[in-house]
Amino acid sequence: MAGPQYLAEPARRIKSVRLGGITALFHRPSARTHLVGSPVPEILDALQETAMDANALLTFLQDRYEVADADPASLAARLAELEAAGLVRVA
Amino acid sequence: MSARLVVETLREPARCERYDAAQWNALIAAARAEQIIGTLACRLDGLSLPVAAKRILDDARALAEVGRTLALWEAEAARRALAPLGVPVLLLKGTAFVAAGLKAGVGRSIGDLDILVPRGALDSVQDALLAAGWEWVKPDPYDDAYYRQWMHELPPLIHRDRDRMIDVHHTILPLTARITPDADAIIADSEALQNGLRVPQPNDLLCHAAAHLFADGEMLGGVRNLWDIHCLLEELGTDGLEARARLHGLHHHVMRAVRLSHDLYGTDIPIDWRVRDPADALFKRRLLARDGWGRVRPKWIEHVFYLRGHWLRMPPAMLARHLWTKWRKGYHPVG
Amino acid sequence: MRHSVSLKIGPVGFRIGSDWRVPIAALKDLYRDYPAPDDGIADFNVRLFAARFWRRFIRPSVMIGGDYIIPDAAPLPLEMGLLAAEMGMNLQMALGQRRYLLLHASAVVRDGKALLMSGVSGAGKSTLAALLMARGWRLMGDEFALIDPMSGLVYGFPRLISLKNAAIGLMRSTLPQGRFGPLMKATPKGNIRHLVPDAQAIAAMETPARPALILFPTFGHAPAERAVDEAEAFVRLTQASTNFVGLGQAGFDTLTRLVREVPARAIDYPDTESALRLVEDLWSATA
Repeated sequence: MAGPQYLAEPARRIKSVRLGGITALFHRPSARTHLVGSPVPEILDALQETAMDANALLTFLQDRYEVADADPASLAARLAELEAAGLVRVA
Repeated sequence: MSARLVVETLREPARCERYDAAQWNALIAAARAEQIIGTLACRLDGLSLPVAAKRILDDARALAEVGRTLALWEAEAARRALAPLGVPVLLLKGTAFVAAGLKAGVGRSIGDLDILVPRGALDSVQDALLAAGWEWVKPDPYDDAYYRQWMHELPPLIHRDRDRMIDVHHTILPLTARITPDADAIIADSEALQNGLRVPQPNDLLCHAAAHLFADGEMLGGVRNLWDIHCLLEELGTDGLEARARLHGLHHHVMRAVRLSHDLYGTDIPIDWRVRDPADALFKRRLLARDGWGRVRPKWIEHVFYLRGHWLRMPPAMLARHLWTKWRKGYHPVG
Repeated sequence: MRHSVSLKIGPVGFRIGSDWRVPIAALKDLYRDYPAPDDGIADFNVRLFAARFWRRFIRPSVMIGGDYIIPDAAPLPLEMGLLAAEMGMNLQMALGQRRYLLLHASAVVRDGKALLMSGVSGAGKSTLAALLMARGWRLMGDEFALIDPMSGLVYGFPRLISLKNAAIGLMRSTLPQGRFGPLMKATPKGNIRHLVPDAQAIAAMETPARPALILFPTFGHAPAERAVDEAEAFVRLTQASTNFVGLGQAGFDTLTRLVREVPARAIDYPDTESALRLVEDLWSATA
């Protein structure tokens, strides 16, 4: 089961600042701050233009980056968290 | 009475250019107590103000701006959670004013999100919200059968991550058992916003505001409620208001609210609505009962007034360290 | 409010009203060298009031009110009226401050640069700030540090320093010429006594300083220090701020800038002597 397809919040709505190994994101529409580590910035980047479900996204990330422990279930869980935070939405 | 100072300044902003420090202090304290300082700041924008007053009002405006963002995001989060249900979701009160770009929303501070949904959809709305991260404020709402049966809304819900409350109504505030606003008509005649959320049509916004104004016998927040009504009347007019008010059984209250708005804020209303009703004076007195320290005077009952709509929440542990209030049993979010 | 006083602490003006004369008299005395609010207009109002009118006279207890309050807060006995006033002012700052990013931290200045010490109550920020003041550092504040979103500079809030229990005796002997308030015994936090900031602190109360070092002190361990990276400093300071969210993007920008521009270290110390040594060493090395 592929699960829902997600799109990321447009990059112009997010201010991103690197703090050492972590990225701080300010999401303007919600006025909230999120602290995220890889692969979240990569995920948000990937989902800018094209809606993808967890499987498609995993394939995309594996093509682009070196992904350790490629696990669709945990990716699906991350996507659900990002949706709850408002950083991605069901397309 | 400094609530009078707030009213007069809102009505005629240029007066403040003649205020001395004592009047400014009284105005600011009363405006904060009435939760209308953001609106006041927008009204006074551009006038010649003492530096200290301008700073305070600029801060109030900035605060209202962030508050507006947070409130609109709550509405968006609710929209995303409820969209799959396909039921009409109406924004009410401050969030409605702001989302619809109405003058009543300018500088407004907004606390909880209030929405109206069809009564039949209550259960599925509740389930969708719970699935999307909202939680009951009170631990055992199902024990509170009274709440479900008699109240016009679900027991309060709060979002576990964002820590903001949502009130889900299925009708607008019924004032007595004999007054039953027509919730179906409100929903049927509502207007759609671009994002799919809806707001009540203008006369229903007015009827709701009027019902709300008189719901609290002490008229706490009355200065602001009445200002909302004034702004709505000025922007949306009075066509069809009487008929709509009669439909909801609220004619008496709406007419009183309109008269008070004319009296206090100088709202332009039809001549034949400007009748003299002796009870108006009593309501006016209650509305204006704040002194130069923002206290309600005279005090008929013991109460501690608090800022509703104050959306900033401190972690309880941190607040305790700041304030050493070990005696507190439970922390209630302010607003 | 029969009795009242207006005063300014750093850039923040207060108007404090009271049903009783004594707390106002104490404030007027201890804050006598402080200026009045700009234009006579206070940023915040605090009220010390009797919940019921007879509570003014019979076992008088002071309820704390103001522009910003928390409901259900229990009152204090009148002997702790000065403490009630302080709590009232703290509450206004914690809930109502919007112009500056508010950090729960003490701040001192040397050579025009600021040292921020952030930590929970009991970590010793107030005591350390007072000791550094005694050593000639300029005190900015023992409880709150204000960061200006436009410039990134630190602004002080030099209220009366709140000393607890053992720190009282320590500061009395360290600063025998210091001005102290009344001793308040058996408050919820033990014994408390206020120390008035010195002339240097008061004279420069509105002068900001560029932050140069952030310390996270923890009391009660062998002396140690370690670097705190940007992400950890950011998280710890959001927890130490009451208005980070309320400032919206300005809060985010101010805090990310602060942690990227200013080094941060965590220090453990078993006693004040080691703490002061660690502080001086780290200041020389990094600031």
